[in-house]
Amino acid sequence: MDVAEQTQTPANTTMTESQRVPTVIADDVHVIYRIHKGATANTGATAALKRIVSRTSTPNVREVHAIKGVSFTAHQGEAIGLIGSNGSGKSSLLRTIAGLLPPARGAVYTLGQPSLLGVNAALLNDLSGERNVTLGCLAMGMSPEQVKRITPEIIEFSGINERGDFASLPMRTYSSGMGARLRFAIAAAKEHDVLLIDEALATGDRKFRIRSEQRVRELRANAGTVFLVSHSLSSIKDTCERTIWLEGGVLKMDGPTDEVCRAYEGR
Amino acid sequence: MANTAVANLHPGLTPAELAQRHGLKVANERPPLREYTRQVWAYRHFITAYSRAKVTSSLSNTQLGQLWQVLTPITNAAVYYLIFGVILSQDRDVNNFIAYLCTGVFVFMFTQTAVANGTSAINANLGLIRALHFPRAVLPITVTLVQLQQLLMSMVVLAAIVLFTGEPITLRWLLLAPILLLQTIFNIGLTMVMARFGSKVTDLKQIMPFVLRTWLYASGVLYPVSLLRDHLPDWAATLLEANPALIYIELARYALLESNRENLVATPMQLWGTALAWTLVVGIGGFVYFWRGEKEYGRG
Repeated sequence: MDVAEQTQTPANTTMTESQRVPTVIADDVHVIYRIHKGATANTGATAALKRIVSRTSTPNVREVHAIKGVSFTAHQGEAIGLIGSNGSGKSSLLRTIAGLLPPARGAVYTLGQPSLLGVNAALLNDLSGERNVTLGCLAMGMSPEQVKRITPEIIEFSGINERGDFASLPMRTYSSGMGARLRFAIAAAKEHDVLLIDEALATGDRKFRIRSEQRVRELRANAGTVFLVSHSLSSIKDTCERTIWLEGGVLKMDGPTDEVCRAYEGR
Repeated sequence: MANTAVANLHPGLTPAELAQRHGLKVANERPPLREYTRQVWAYRHFITAYSRAKVTSSLSNTQLGQLWQVLTPITNAAVYYLIFGVILSQDRDVNNFIAYLCTGVFVFMFTQTAVANGTSAINANLGLIRALHFPRAVLPITVTLVQLQQLLMSMVVLAAIVLFTGEPITLRWLLLAPILLLQTIFNIGLTMVMARFGSKVTDLKQIMPFVLRTWLYASGVLYPVSLLRDHLPDWAATLLEANPALIYIELARYALLESNRENLVATPMQLWGTALAWTLVVGIGGFVYFWRGEKEYGRG
């Protein structure tokens, strides 16, 4: 660690030396979704033909600028909450940090491979819960032996077998809560350097929520940095000491959770 | 602004310099080709599990389930036989037309379906791509392996048809293994090209059925290959005879059909040479082409 950094007063008094190692650096990140307006208004066959004939450059594509130049640095041992109204770009930002959604401009630098722990990981609905567990674990890069060992634990944790043998039934027969619980259980089975959690704590019934919060605390203890997206300010206050407030794709505020939450609530 | 409290922890450094000092990597950086190949290999268990899962799930809503893996090729063969064997009655030039036809249909379907599904390999799996980290080449490979599984079932049906129509079992049947291996590598390469192309040009999926049907007619599947030379100028026939699908089909016929040994489009050695060339060029080329686009998959 160099001298310049040591002379700095840490923003948070609980920080120690090792915590000033940056783990995620976002440098002016822009995310743009390109949406093909296939069947929307004014793009009927004749309109499309007219466009081709007249060679107008009006593209059939609309761009949605989801994140407009966000920059921040996250450090080891930090837990950072992401708040903002619906569609403010929180999930897009998480995906970009995870390297799953390429930024249109700017760059994200990370230490190690960040993992996105979401409740919307794609699973195959026609397959049994158990096979989905196997697939999910393999997709996270586990070896077949590890997968075999960990599968019963995951099923147990998800609690889908509490009302009969659901693990062997196709996932399309699950209630939405059960499906979400299983997805969370799969994603949480692995330990990560940088952990990105997308609304996962809001999943399932009360009993499962307590269990999953417990699991997140464990993961946090082992992970370098944790990002948490949530609409529940209380769970942000419980787990994060720093909070980033996004609004309309712009970083509106970045600081200690208390301050940011107060500003957010009083907006 | 409150964000200055945290942002200025590392003064005088641009984010890029800071990242470099602490050994941070760009989040979605494309790994070098060798490393990428190694990653794909490390994901082999996922590839096999995923393609097996795809096969199961695609038939799980049907009453007969996995039986369709056999019923589909049988039905296919029956339809083509009805039209081209009975109604149009093409079997004058070929000794064992039904076996000849089925070999062509099944081998061609392998490439055709793999390419058709490969075109949407990226766009159909955006959910998976945006949720998990894995070398994206896994997706087109899976598409091909799903079809390979279907092909192996078809081959069982084909073996029965070939035997039924009076062909002998010979040692040459074993050649089917290397032939299908070459074709599989070729298909993987081609699906990778189509997957990258299709992820950019979403209209491709609409055009592909027509392209593939044209390819079908140009591959000597439904009628004897000799027809090509009879009805086309020399250069066009030569061009069509280098067509990779036709080469793999002819090799399969060479392996299976004793009665068709005299009617091959080229000598077996020439066929093997061309097949190998196609496999290497498309297999390696497709992989490199796909790898070069790795960073872009998943962009909305």
